[in-house]
Amino acid sequence: MIDVKNLSKSFGSHLVLDDLSEHIYPGEKVVIIGPSGSGKSTFLRCLNLLETPTKGHITFDSTDITDPKVDIDRIRRQMGMVFQHFNLFPNMTIRKNITLAPVQTGLMTQAEADEQAQTLLRRVGLEDKANAYPSQLSGGQKQRIAIVRALAMKPKLMLFDEPTSALDPEMVGEVLDVMKQLADAGMTMVVVTHEMGFAKEVGDRVLFMADGKIIEQNTPEEIFSNPQEERTKTFLSKVL
Amino acid sequence: MEELYTTWKAIGVSGGDLSFFQNFFVKFYQAFIEADRWLQYLKGVKTTLLVTAMALILGIVLGILVAMLRAAHDQQRPGRRNPILGVLNIICKIYVTVIRGTPMMVQLLIMAGVIFASSRSFTMIGTLTLGINSGAYVSEIVRGGLMSVDKGQMEAGRSLGLNYMTTMRFIVIPQAIKAILPALGNEFIILLKDTSLITVIGGKELLYAAQGIYNRTYEQMFPLLGTAAIYLVLVMILSWLLGKLERRLQQSDRR
Repeated sequence: MIDVKNLSKSFGSHLVLDDLSEHIYPGEKVVIIGPSGSGKSTFLRCLNLLETPTKGHITFDSTDITDPKVDIDRIRRQMGMVFQHFNLFPNMTIRKNITLAPVQTGLMTQAEADEQAQTLLRRVGLEDKANAYPSQLSGGQKQRIAIVRALAMKPKLMLFDEPTSALDPEMVGEVLDVMKQLADAGMTMVVVTHEMGFAKEVGDRVLFMADGKIIEQNTPEEIFSNPQEERTKTFLSKVL
Repeated sequence: MEELYTTWKAIGVSGGDLSFFQNFFVKFYQAFIEADRWLQYLKGVKTTLLVTAMALILGIVLGILVAMLRAAHDQQRPGRRNPILGVLNIICKIYVTVIRGTPMMVQLLIMAGVIFASSRSFTMIGTLTLGINSGAYVSEIVRGGLMSVDKGQMEAGRSLGLNYMTTMRFIVIPQAIKAILPALGNEFIILLKDTSLITVIGGKELLYAAQGIYNRTYEQMFPLLGTAAIYLVLVMILSWLLGKLERRLQQSDRR
């Protein structure tokens, strides 16, 4: 589904991603773990070109999205993204947050979008919040709305950038539950997270990143019980 | 009343003694009532408001245009700079620097005496100058507002597949407006008061009317105090309206 070839990204002279190649298959749930500053988030943000790669190619459904001539908005409509800090639009109601993109991109009429929003909100248990503003919600509720907002575009793939890192501990569960539900429904997911439990339970494959490289990757069972690389062992001994 | 005025004025002119109240009355009558002079103030206020409104619109349009151009230029992806945007950005920068770096009065005199030296529509020249001047300040206010909106908002909009303009229009600009409203209100109040400057090039607004009156009566106090009072009332009304608007925009902040 996504093919990454020799991806490098540097900010000035600082090399953040160092010649990464990776492939993400349809329906796969890939979890990226690693110490902070390892380039996990940058890697994820390169996948929908929120960061422009310095070198290398990213192919999504056989379109090279790093080609400057490609209509990136069209590509991004097929990739949902969930941010660490939710980034809900504070000037709109929850319903408007969810329906803005489908309506403005011509995917649906306002009526269709409203109906879909209601269905999605019911799925995450927030159907009574449609007319509320983001500032009236808790962190966990905001993040569930952010997931719904991304889903409203009917994406083929969802990118999660540390979706639970900014949450109070008691709210992490409700967000992870929604993500599990999504995974069970067969969504292709790439998740950057520090939730090792989630990685074990939901991940098909875990990538361990450090210093801008993918040091090691394997199934969750293997990587957590039997890490091969020294860096992985040190990291896991600290977080588990 | 008119009789009282004529008798007391006659006493004053012939060198007789007038009580404080009589003196006050004569001057007040002269400044506002005699020959229906209040109509001249009213006409002046109308022009002042009209000039303010037109300059305001011009200032906002120019300001937003310049601010958007500069923000768009600054937000380009590195390595993919648009050369046209680069040139426009430089023009905008020169505009803001020159306008902010020179006094309003000098700008007015240059516009009336140099650039439009052959034109006699001083009020229009004044309005144009005020608008251009205001645009430079508004652009900096708007640019500040656009930059103050969290970068994550633009990213969230773009990640949903919205293009730059749509994201700006629905997400970034509404939030920026809310943030800059107090500063913008301040700018509008300054603009309203600065319309009095166009008197120097012959623009026929409120202060011009007052000057016309005291040049006839040789009494400056009442026309000038009256003018000051009218400006004060206008500014208070404007502040009140802005306050109302601000409260409306804060709707989404309620918890």
